[in-house]
Amino acid sequence: MLKHTLNRLLLITTLLAISAIAQAGSTVVAVAANFTKPMNEIAAEFEKASGHSAKLSFGSSGKFVAQLENGAPFDVFLSADDKNPAKLEQSDLAVAGSRFTYALGKLVLWSAMEGYVDSEGQILNKGGFKHLALADPKLAPYGAAAMDLLANLKLLDKLRPLFVQGENIAQTYEFVSTGNAELGFVALSQVLEDGKISRGSAWIVPESLYNPIRQDAILLKSGAENPAAVALLEFLKSPPALAIIKKYGYGLAE
Amino acid sequence: MITQADLETLLLTFKVASLATVFMLLLGTPLAWWLTITRSSWKGGVNALVALPLVLPPSVLGFYLLVLMGPAGPVGKFTIWLGVGTLPFTFAGLVVASVLYSLPFVVQPLQTAFAAIGQKPLEAAATLRASPLDTFFSVVLPLAKPGFLTATILGFAHTVGEFGVVLMVGGNIPDKTRVVSVQIYNHVEALEYREAHWLAGGLLLFSFAVLLILYTVVKPQAVTR
Repeated sequence: MLKHTLNRLLLITTLLAISAIAQAGSTVVAVAANFTKPMNEIAAEFEKASGHSAKLSFGSSGKFVAQLENGAPFDVFLSADDKNPAKLEQSDLAVAGSRFTYALGKLVLWSAMEGYVDSEGQILNKGGFKHLALADPKLAPYGAAAMDLLANLKLLDKLRPLFVQGENIAQTYEFVSTGNAELGFVALSQVLEDGKISRGSAWIVPESLYNPIRQDAILLKSGAENPAAVALLEFLKSPPALAIIKKYGYGLAE
Repeated sequence: MITQADLETLLLTFKVASLATVFMLLLGTPLAWWLTITRSSWKGGVNALVALPLVLPPSVLGFYLLVLMGPAGPVGKFTIWLGVGTLPFTFAGLVVASVLYSLPFVVQPLQTAFAAIGQKPLEAAATLRASPLDTFFSVVLPLAKPGFLTATILGFAHTVGEFGVVLMVGGNIPDKTRVVSVQIYNHVEALEYREAHWLAGGLLLFSFAVLLILYTVVKPQAVTR
């Protein structure tokens, strides 16, 4: 009798364990390169909290849209802007109404050399450098923001011959980080550690000088029925995720 | 249609490829000859070094070139000392990277052609009191002509087709480092598929034509020589 009950208990726990495994899903996420560091942390927290796993792919927002239009199997898209997700929504590749701003991106003029970039960005006027790195404005929102800024400062014509363009913001960072470009426009999140510029010198560009970089997230059609994808988007709005986003220097949408 | 900007990338690509091919032939000829005749224990190592770009992903080569040629790298320090500045993001840097990347496509056909000549013509030349240099120019070079043709075509075509290394060390600068493969990539990413088709289709035809010439015109000569 006792043995029988024990057997039954064992069966029930096994079934429970199996169903728990079945519930813990996984989701494939396309993430704009500038959000690499915070997203790695958020994904780790998300896995701990929900049991779901998130597989992350990093690149330029423009590339992801091109890939998605040709059937790339991503569930969630974290863009570096708001135009690309809106475009996906219009072309019916994303779930309507699932779009929201997860972070406000901040632009920084950065050099790997100590004391090279002053805190007012006067170096742009003074010159003396051979290469100014930025992300391709056609493909990457941070590149477009840098163009905005230079146009506002009326320095575009003067500095355009010095441009070296990264295919995305991560490659732009690489150009500056290896010293091949003396300075360049990157995302604040790339150079921030514990609330401070981690190395080199930087000018955090005042937000009044460029159009805000609203970074939108959206649920894609292939992720519409995936609980892990839906849970991840919810998690992005939760206090632990917002704390990580803020820690890397992003603004939060009201 | 093909725009002015597209044409400029095409022109730049052919400029890089032509210059790189010239340098590869200048560098590759003595190298291939040495690899053919040497009994040195270095031979295996040098052979492996030359063939490396065949197996390495371009991202590895691009990454190391960026680090080595940067201001903190040994090559970068050397070029700064020479007074020419650093090489990444420059036309010269692109040519240097292309030479390294496509060199096996020049050295290996030359090596094969040199080896096919064999000892006999060289010994005959020696009995006629030809100096080694004279032998090389009047016997080896003419006999290895099909090999040179193959090496030139392959070296040129492979440089035209290069993408990863250029993307990493080029910086996408119009007129200086924006070659046609990068331009196609940018068109595709910007969803300008029409422009991408013009360039990509053109490159496809070009590559096919080059290989067709190689297999129909050059190869039979090499066989019937």
